[in-house]
Amino acid sequence: MSNGTSKTSKISRRSALLGMGAGAGALAAAGVLPGTMGFAQAQSSAPIKIGFQKHATGIGAAYGRWYGATTDAAVKRINDAGGINGRPVEVVVEDDGTDPGRGAEVLEKFANQHNCDVAFGTLFSHVVIGSAPRAGELKLPYFVVSEGHHVASGMLNRYTLQPGITDVKSQVISMAPFVANNLGKKVTMIYPDFAFGHDHRDFFSEAIAAQGGEVVAKIAIPPTETSFTRYFPSIPRETEVIYHVMVGPAVLTFVKELGEFFGPNRPELFGFIDSLEAVDIKSSGLEFLEGTYFWEGMPRYAQADQADYEKDYRAAVGVDENGASIADSKDVATYAHMFGCWETLNIIKAGMESADYQGPQDRAKLIEAVEAMTDMPAGADHPQGAKRFNGKTHQTFGSQYISKVTDGKLVVEHTASIEDGLYEDEVDYTAQSF
Amino acid sequence: MTDNSKSNLMHIGVLVVLFALFFILPVYHAGNMSRIMVLAVYAMGFNLLFGYTGLLSLGHAMFFAAGMYGFGLTTNLGGLPVPLAFGFGVICAGVLALVVGFLALRTIGVAFMIVTLMFAQTAYLVVLYFGTYTRGDEGFVIQQAQRSIAGIDLTSETGRYFTALLIFGICFLLIARLVQTPFGKTLVAIRENEERTRMLGYDSHRHKLKILVISGLFSGVAGATYALLFGYVGATFATVQYSIFPLVWVLLGGAGTTIGPLIGVFFMFYLINISSGFTDAYMLVVGVVLVLLTLFAPHGLAGLLRKKVLTWLP
Repeated sequence: MSNGTSKTSKISRRSALLGMGAGAGALAAAGVLPGTMGFAQAQSSAPIKIGFQKHATGIGAAYGRWYGATTDAAVKRINDAGGINGRPVEVVVEDDGTDPGRGAEVLEKFANQHNCDVAFGTLFSHVVIGSAPRAGELKLPYFVVSEGHHVASGMLNRYTLQPGITDVKSQVISMAPFVANNLGKKVTMIYPDFAFGHDHRDFFSEAIAAQGGEVVAKIAIPPTETSFTRYFPSIPRETEVIYHVMVGPAVLTFVKELGEFFGPNRPELFGFIDSLEAVDIKSSGLEFLEGTYFWEGMPRYAQADQADYEKDYRAAVGVDENGASIADSKDVATYAHMFGCWETLNIIKAGMESADYQGPQDRAKLIEAVEAMTDMPAGADHPQGAKRFNGKTHQTFGSQYISKVTDGKLVVEHTASIEDGLYEDEVDYTAQSF
Repeated sequence: MTDNSKSNLMHIGVLVVLFALFFILPVYHAGNMSRIMVLAVYAMGFNLLFGYTGLLSLGHAMFFAAGMYGFGLTTNLGGLPVPLAFGFGVICAGVLALVVGFLALRTIGVAFMIVTLMFAQTAYLVVLYFGTYTRGDEGFVIQQAQRSIAGIDLTSETGRYFTALLIFGICFLLIARLVQTPFGKTLVAIRENEERTRMLGYDSHRHKLKILVISGLFSGVAGATYALLFGYVGATFATVQYSIFPLVWVLLGGAGTTIGPLIGVFFMFYLINISSGFTDAYMLVVGVVLVLLTLFAPHGLAGLLRKKVLTWLP
């Protein structure tokens, strides 16, 4: 517990105990109640504290570990370059167990116990959605790295932003032109029967129709399923492309059974690398994926035309040319997503410097500074590529990569532009008060 | 002083202490207490069935979720005012408990555990199936503006704490009274020897069905309150993990005691909270502590108190 909080709580206790006899009226005395306490004052020499809501355990642990490594590397780079506004950055890590209930508790801990300036880093959508209401109530800027559409959909609040990674809607609609023009116009979608899969189903169906294509079948796989062969006869014969976004441990079985079902005469396959994040593409059973296509947030394998800043980023986060840990070639990174932590931290730094951030009293100024951001050029701060931030929807837009599995490696075939992923605003968070 | 007076004094005393804690505790811990009180209502509901009646349900998350979704969906989609939506959520949990009880109480022992577990899994899949409305595993937010009653903002620390305290207090006192009634005593008799209770002329099945519905209602109150105070409704709360939690809380705190659930939730909450600050393997720490407690305090913390000091503890 910080000194600031302890001091104010003592005052509160005395004031409140003296006033208890006054009854309910005392409760309304907002100034003496814990809910209104905060920092007594900013301490300009103190570190900037960034609360990292980490999926250290639970279903998101593989992502959490790499998000952690990326965060450490980004913070080291920021501190080596003089910190933020001359102050060092300190990351406070709390495990949310990939659980929305615990996620909200962790935000309370960041705001009221660790006295963090901002919170950051959450990936899984249900944890973001479970935590965001508390971020708004605690008035704690909450920078998520989730790729969910929840931020831009208007479901959340002004304190929740996603400036460092594109959202699923943008990703999906930017894939449709490539799929329709290069792979085929008659698409069968196979997706998990929960919100992540439904987002793909809804956004892609609309996007492919706009390209003159159509989804000829939508095959939803229940989340408890462990074998998939019985679903494959539902794939219509006319299918030219299978669009798959299966995730979780069963994905290896899914690919293996799909290979056994089709043999060499398969339609084109297009998938999202989310299925295979932290999984070696050369794993036994995945041979069937040779010649198929994947969306990648950032190319896992170092490409021939890799920019210097991307090479530096790869080295800083400890990933080799094949997308695995430099220390252990079997430890494959969640490379398509983890750049979001790096870029978000750089945006927090830029926002704090732009707002001349001194302490929690400047949180609103920080949000306004980030909302004012627009184009961010590709470079050391944004190694995934250029971004365009929409301050109204609190969502960033950026390039998307389509890679083909070639000789067991993912080789980029096409880069979708920022414009390919743009869509109409669904919310204007700047119209909400702080 | 009679045991009854001591019991009354203890229950009132607990509420007074909880009231005072808001003014004494730093803001972070006061916030934690809000959450603990809500979850304690859930644990108290579970305790009625498990601790007092001896029926071990492994599916109580479905009642918690029924209250949560009943409240959340009618607020978000139906636009019902908070009190009506809250009442609807609680009724949903009660009706679900009646239906589940009608079927599940045809079984006993391990079979009852499995049947309730299966019902809960079905409830979880129903939430996912109707993803268009429930947003499936992601869940949905109840906006801050929707979470107020008669102009009182339930999203402020003060509003949240005292709403949690009010609901906890009502449930706590109701349960304290319930277990002292002839109906409550009959539940204990069923737990100790159901056959003998039946032989004495009691309709044990009817009693079990009643307490299952009451237990479901309390769980539903907790679920609706959680959504109201913390603004989130999600399928995670319908998973088996949230059916196991109340069992652990009640075992830790003391099954068959009115104060045990609160102690159990408090202990478990801070055990996780503190140990997670030292290691990612905090559930291992929790596991070890649970094993030790089971070995050295098999009746839970309140049970230990009742055995050693407070023999009158209800």
